[in-house]
This record gives sequence, C-alpha cells and structure tokens, in this order.
Amino acid sequence: MSEHLNFHYNVDGENFVSAGQASVQVKKNLRELGLPPEVIRRVSIAMYEGEINMVIHADGGVADVDVYEDKIVITLDDRGPGIKDVALAMQEGYSTATDSVRSLGFGAGMGLPNMKRYTDDMRIDTTVGVGTKITMTINF
Amino acid sequence: MTVQDLISRCHFTPVVLADPEREVSGCYVGDLLSWVMGRAQAGNVWITIMTNVNTVAVGSLADVSAVVLAEGVTLEQPVIDCAEARGVNILSTDLPAYETAVLVHSVI
Repeated sequence: MSEHLNFHYNVDGENFVSAGQASVQVKKNLRELGLPPEVIRRVSIAMYEGEINMVIHADGGVADVDVYEDKIVITLDDRGPGIKDVALAMQEGYSTATDSVRSLGFGAGMGLPNMKRYTDDMRIDTTVGVGTKITMTINF
Repeated sequence: MTVQDLISRCHFTPVVLADPEREVSGCYVGDLLSWVMGRAQAGNVWITIMTNVNTVAVGSLADVSAVVLAEGVTLEQPVIDCAEARGVNILSTDLPAYETAVLVHSVI
C-alpha cells in the first residue's frame, strides 16, 4: 500500500444552510496539490451531493477523502435511517426530500445519480435503521 | 470572451467580481442545484433565480465562469460575503432568464 493523504471531516447535520463546507475545503486542498481541474470538479461535486444527502437525510456523518497517486477515494459514513430501495433511490427524479429542502433548490432526485455520474466506481452499503456508507472512487 | 467582456456586452451588473478575466464558454439555465451540478459544464455562465448561499457553493464546485441572477433578484449580504470568500463571480440583470440566455448566446 503506497503512502497517501487523508482528509477527514465531520459533517454537521444541523446546519443545512452552510452545508457543503467539507466539499469546499476538499476543493481547496486538491487545488493546492495541483490536481487537474476536471478531477477536482468531479470529486467536489460528488462529495457535495453526498454531504447534502447526509444533512438532509441522516443528521450528518463523517467524510473521508483519501488521495492516492492515481485515484481519490471518498467515503461518506452516516448513522441515518438507511436507504430502503437503492435501485429506486438511484433513479433520476426520485426523492424523499421535504418541501423545505426543495425550496432551497435541492431534493430534485439527482444527488445519487450525480455521484455515480462523476465517479468511476460507487458502492452503497446501507442497512435500514442502522446507516449508510458510500464509497466513491475517481481514477486519474 | 471574458467575464468582464460579458458584463460590457450584456450590460450586466457586477455583484461580486472575483475573477473578471475568467474565460466564458457556453451557458446553462436552471434553479434546481443538482441539475446544475449534473449538467452545467466548467466555464459555463449559469443563469438562475436562486439566491441562497448554496447557490454560491454550487457555482464554485461546478466551476462556472459566472452566476447571472436574472429577474432582478438580489442577494443578502452574507451570501455576497460568501461569494467573495470563495472567488465566485456573480452578476445580475433585470431581464427574465430566457431573455438573459438569448442575450448571452448572442455575444459568446
């Protein structure tokens, strides 16, 4: 296993308005590492969607970004309600978000599809009543 | 075409001008933030009427060249402060979104 960098964040579940702080920090860190702009864009959007999901659905959680020589692995771990039907949740347009979330411009049912769109691999480990762990890999 | 050129040609009002020399390429219109993140391309001008602080985060993460607020909507000061801190260009116009898009299309 080669040496790699790890960035660890606690995602605050209470603060919906300022959600996205971890993603913005990741973007900054990756820029400082000199990674290609398109890689940074893919990582930060995938991470932001995941972060928003954790705030909307799971009262926060923890996020890890591991930077290797040829890939970045994002791990999002929460103790939320879990996802009952992953295939349904992956469909564009399906959402269980509330009206107040929608009024802020979220809840379009595009979060998980976007995370898949911008990553090379995405794994969802979820148990109803226990929580969800999402692992996303971006190769470069 | 730079953001500064876009302002001059379209008579947009600069609200936050963090990077006036940023190159503009293409345009995306939308208010649902995940659609913007899924569909807008880096360098696009993003036309929206969304004004909460998440708009700034999405503008930054999607790496758009500028956010153009249509219909004369305005930002609260904390949102402006956030855009300045994150280096996101924000412009405004009284035109509706469709007319703004047509205007942007005609100059880029």
